[in-house]
Amino acid sequence: MRRNDFPILQDGAVAYLDNAATSQKPAAVLEAMEQFYRTTNANVHRGLYHWSETATAHYEQARDTVQQFINAQHREEIIFTSGTTAAINTIAYALGKLVLQPGDVILLSQVEHHSNLVPWQLVAEQYRAKLEFFDPTQPLNQLPPKTKLVSLAHIANSSGLILPIQSVIALAHQAGVPVVVDAAQSVPHMPIDVQQLDCDFLAFSAHKLCGPTGVGVLYGKRVWLEKMSPVFGGGDMIRTVTLQHSTYADLPHKFEAGTPNIAGVIGLGAAVQYLTSIGMTKIQEATSAVHSYLVAQLKTLDFITLYGPEERSSIVSFNVRGVHAHDVAAVLDQHGVAVRAGHHCAMPVMEQWGVPATVRASVYFYNDESDIDKLIVGLKHAYGSLSRPNS
Amino acid sequence: MDPYHAQILEHYRDPLNFGLLEQPTYQREEWNPTCGDKFTFSIHVTTHGIVDQVGFSGEGCAISTAAASLLSEAIKGKTLAAALELQPAFVLDLLGIDLGPTRLKCALLPLQAITRITLPASS
Repeated sequence: MRRNDFPILQDGAVAYLDNAATSQKPAAVLEAMEQFYRTTNANVHRGLYHWSETATAHYEQARDTVQQFINAQHREEIIFTSGTTAAINTIAYALGKLVLQPGDVILLSQVEHHSNLVPWQLVAEQYRAKLEFFDPTQPLNQLPPKTKLVSLAHIANSSGLILPIQSVIALAHQAGVPVVVDAAQSVPHMPIDVQQLDCDFLAFSAHKLCGPTGVGVLYGKRVWLEKMSPVFGGGDMIRTVTLQHSTYADLPHKFEAGTPNIAGVIGLGAAVQYLTSIGMTKIQEATSAVHSYLVAQLKTLDFITLYGPEERSSIVSFNVRGVHAHDVAAVLDQHGVAVRAGHHCAMPVMEQWGVPATVRASVYFYNDESDIDKLIVGLKHAYGSLSRPNS
Repeated sequence: MDPYHAQILEHYRDPLNFGLLEQPTYQREEWNPTCGDKFTFSIHVTTHGIVDQVGFSGEGCAISTAAASLLSEAIKGKTLAAALELQPAFVLDLLGIDLGPTRLKCALLPLQAITRITLPASS
């Protein structure tokens, strides 16, 4: 579906199955960014000349586009960041400062990407709070005592596990506890409505949804964002500055210090428009169909071990018996198949599975069965040529 | 050249000097957090400062295992001082392949164990 929209995929030389790491970019996104640099490049929110006014208008239009995309109630609830990691770090520091006291608990799931684990470790250390973890495959019936914050992925990047965010959010809200959702792996793949989810914060990256790298979104409910202090100081986020004190700009600019990634935000806006023009439900269906084929084909190979849950979204982690994940990925590369091999920034998950690394294949709507067929041929070759009998 | 050429596969399937020395002069473990590869090298050094015995253990991909096997053989007979000074190019010559930046870390993990072998374990 729509493969011709992606210049990099047009020659068909590579079966790109590393979409959970980053997606490919359609021509519409590349053109929007190039158009900005070629015709209206100027800084935003400052200049009184035509280029700057146009750049500002396009930058702020992207905010409206993203607001509609995730159905945020207010446009100022959309903060542009450099990516999911920056968004989560910003939330962790600003929200941590607001709600954490020594001895308080930050509750996370056991399957978080390092980007939704390490920031909380840093903040926990700063406020002498404790991290506790829940098993996302089991129902969560109560929060640990003194829980002041919950943060969890919507979809685990290591396995494709879909976490029960709605029930966790409902449970946390009974206790008045805010919930942060790392939606890096879900926003690209399904319709997301933050008002319906009722999450307090949600973070995602442009580059996993056909947009450029270096830009992402921090969504936060206005009531929280207004109470939170800025994390980064600098230009664009202030109202008045004296040598001793500053007052801060209104939302969303309070959290957007310095010259933003203007071309990146314009690219994000173009990517969202591109996805919306196809329809997120159609994207979800197309991805799901090729993912089902992927899992079914892997299951026909008796030398493959699959990890994680039976119900997975767009991702599957596996190993080839007797072959190191890096070697599998290298042989697949020789067959024109791009996959990820390693710990997927989720070392604790690898430890739960008892392996140092896995191969991960992840699909998007532009993949088709021919990509999967190439993968299967490559895997047979990897097993045949590299498997060691005793390992 | 195909990184999985016959010599590399041979060293991967049946590595030389596999198994740690019982009485090493120096021993060191190194691991690559990206892929989980882990190797321990043990060496014995004579009173004249010559590396005369080498053994290694651990687990890794074909490239890192072959590099460990080739390196374990190549440093025998060298002075300890020379072994500690070995450069990445030495290992790449032994392997006879070109590698990208990520795979280079696999190939150079055994060398890291050798060049740091006299350092305290915590460093």
